[in-house]
Amino acid sequence: MEEVQQISVFAENKPGKIEVITKILTKEKINIRAITIASSNKYGVIKLLVDNPEKAYRALKEDGLSVALNPTLALEMEDEPGGLHTIAQIVKKYQINIEDACGFVIKSKEKAVLVIQVKDIEKVKNILLSEKIHFLNKKELYNL
Amino acid sequence: MEYIAREELEKLQFLRLKETLRRVYKSSPFYKRLFKENGLKPLNFKSLKDLPQIPFTTREDLRKNFPYGFLTLPLNRIVRLHTSTGTTGKPKAIFFSKKDIENSAGLIARSMKMTGAKDKDVFQNMMSYGLFTGGLIFHYGAEKLGLLVIPAGAGNTERQIELMMDFKTTIVHITPSYALYLADILEEKGINPRKNLNLRMAYLGAEPYSETTRQKIEQIFNIKAFNSYGLSEMNGPGVAFECQFKEGMHLWEDNFILEIIEPSTGKVLPDGEEGEIVLTSINREAMPILRYRTGDIAFVYPDKCQCERTHRQISRIKSRVDDMFIIRGVNVFPSEVERILMSLSEVGRNYQIILEREKSLDVMRGKVEIKKELFDGSLEHLRELEEKIKAKLKSELMLTPKVELVEPATLPRTTGKAKRVIDKRKI
Repeated sequence: MEEVQQISVFAENKPGKIEVITKILTKEKINIRAITIASSNKYGVIKLLVDNPEKAYRALKEDGLSVALNPTLALEMEDEPGGLHTIAQIVKKYQINIEDACGFVIKSKEKAVLVIQVKDIEKVKNILLSEKIHFLNKKELYNL
Repeated sequence: MEYIAREELEKLQFLRLKETLRRVYKSSPFYKRLFKENGLKPLNFKSLKDLPQIPFTTREDLRKNFPYGFLTLPLNRIVRLHTSTGTTGKPKAIFFSKKDIENSAGLIARSMKMTGAKDKDVFQNMMSYGLFTGGLIFHYGAEKLGLLVIPAGAGNTERQIELMMDFKTTIVHITPSYALYLADILEEKGINPRKNLNLRMAYLGAEPYSETTRQKIEQIFNIKAFNSYGLSEMNGPGVAFECQFKEGMHLWEDNFILEIIEPSTGKVLPDGEEGEIVLTSINREAMPILRYRTGDIAFVYPDKCQCERTHRQISRIKSRVDDMFIIRGVNVFPSEVERILMSLSEVGRNYQIILEREKSLDVMRGKVEIKKELFDGSLEHLRELEEKIKAKLKSELMLTPKVELVEPATLPRTTGKAKRVIDKRKI
């Protein structure tokens, strides 16, 4: 079980900002697994799950962007009604505060994943393990 | 005094200058040094024409000699401190003796009387009280003239309106931008500023504005609006004031010696030519300042005013020599904003200040580059940083800015002096 790395990029809310990022990633032949954008009025943070986060991080940084690499946990779920509910119950039971999350389907009607960012990652990891939640490891997530 | 013959006025000026020179030479640590360094002695001054022998005093001198370097009186004779906001590093500390306060109030009373203020008037002072001279000094002057003074202070529009309605305010002291804002709010509330108020006059000051704005304010409220000029280094407000003809501000030459100079060479210019206002306080006890470079650009009207007052008139202040800007009555130096921003470790190298007018209220918007290394991927932390910058600027500048974080190295930069202030306000 290991943490997976998520990339965050600081960006002003301006047309063409995502294109700057995708251009670099395309050039580096980096494949995007998931993207979310959170914005606050004039600026925001673009978060990316990619197949090679370290390489993407270096490339974006070299291009002068403000970029950070954050450890996250990728929780596997059944792609069926109640799949997320199972996890939500655990989160509630242990009073875990999720700072950021994104979920997507890996294999239709079979598997989905919830990628979460939390403060005390070790502690949360152990809780989830004790609750028999399966994590996607780096290899699994990056090679989706 | 207002109609004193020019010759007599100049005699008085020289008398007071001599007295001031003796005073500073004897007691002001800064001038003692300056006179010695330049081989100057009060006795060698034979007429007003000798004044230019004295080197200029600058804002920088006040700063370097903070806080007591200009004092000519012991602290037990000092009764008041005012400071000038928004300077680099330390503020300018301006001290007043009892007599200085009385004199300053006297000039305000004289100015108000000149505009037609009477003891039956109700005067609502909407300038900020406290360290800013515009509030308290004006207050004292209005009381001296016997008006009913409402020390409302700045802001709190609801209460301002309530006071104006309840006590039938006839005169206000207000910044032009706030006057326009007030008009908007009054109209929103269904109060007709022309009919439902008892207002008859406004004293406008503390920020640059145009003749058009004055006329607009006069029209909106159906009042007479007078332009005033002052600076804390020279007692605060009431240095110069418009008379009933509202063409230029009579500068009270029995209290100040007025010169206009070419900013680059320091050459004294004749009346009618535009240059920097240089003032010498000649009726001040605690802290006389000689040949002070105000940084304000204006010209002296060459012709005598229709009102027959003999004190010469200065034009509306056209601009500033330096890049200082005035926003909602607060003097802000870009160098000061820079100092504050750079004191925060999260802030990158570049910033930009944009001045805008939103609903006729001036707003300062700071675009601040963040430091790349400190970005940790959290939007929440960015918001916290934004709040932190805002709070820091607010506490030091005494005005609430808007703050926008931008990506590192995205703001325009020039090799020379960066254009850091963009003034989009139309005055």
